[in-house]
Amino acid sequence: MSIDRFPVEAGHIALFARAIGDPNPAYYGALSGDEPVPAPPTFAQASAQFDPDYFLRPKIGEPWFGSGREATGIKRSGGGGGGGGGGGGGLHAEQHFEYHRPLRAGDVLTGTVKPGNTWEKQGRRGGKLVFSESVVEYRDQNGELVVTARGVGVRTETVVQQEA
Amino acid sequence: MANVNVGDQRSLMLTEDLTRTQIVQYAGASGDYNPLHTDDKFTKEIAGYPGVFAHGMLTMGMTGRVLTDWFGAEGLLSYGVRFVKQVWPGDALTATATVTAVTDGVAELTVETVNQAGEPVVTGTAKARVD
Repeated sequence: MSIDRFPVEAGHIALFARAIGDPNPAYYGALSGDEPVPAPPTFAQASAQFDPDYFLRPKIGEPWFGSGREATGIKRSGGGGGGGGGGGGGLHAEQHFEYHRPLRAGDVLTGTVKPGNTWEKQGRRGGKLVFSESVVEYRDQNGELVVTARGVGVRTETVVQQEA
Repeated sequence: MANVNVGDQRSLMLTEDLTRTQIVQYAGASGDYNPLHTDDKFTKEIAGYPGVFAHGMLTMGMTGRVLTDWFGAEGLLSYGVRFVKQVWPGDALTATATVTAVTDGVAELTVETVNQAGEPVVTGTAKARVD
């Protein structure tokens, strides 16, 4: 997966800020006209909207694994169900951001994914936990590194009730 | 950002009652439409959970406010968390950030968000500019 074009837009920042419940006026420049409009610290994750292959977004004309007439539109093999952030299927275990400079509306980013480590742990209630890491480097229109995002996903062999 | 010292601490109530609608808002804004977060039928019948639960990134995003309210929307140098417990609709969440070191104009912090039972749901660290 890579993201060829992630335009950071003031309107998108406002919607994102509402979603995380943050009333900081700086994020609502789309409504007030004030500039610059900074992105909230976790905004880079919304690059999923601009990843053509992102597997947790329904694709027009394709079956979707969420419910419609039936509880799922796709018969899937394997346990756990669903996916998550970080490195592929499962749940999101960790997320880390490094900010090389402030991200603002008007930036146009690319995201390059570098696969990270994979490791295994024994779960507390039995079953194996498989962790996988991925690193995304977001660069601006001048090729300058803006944000580095490191996600860790965990897949389990049994349903996780408590910890991810 | 003057006078930040080791041990300084700020807490912020992020939500008193996390709603399913806010989780849907986050799905729409972030682009993570995983049915585990918005589709109760799928989540119960296919995935085998008691019901939908929040994106970890929603909790991380909400938690970031305790840092940006303190250091400004452009004040962070890094921010990272572990997702240690799932967050469910109806949960009440409170975030706390604590300064653990101040060196050369950079504050290092620990960050923790707990639910209504006082159980940590995310724990992490951050660095912020304090010049």
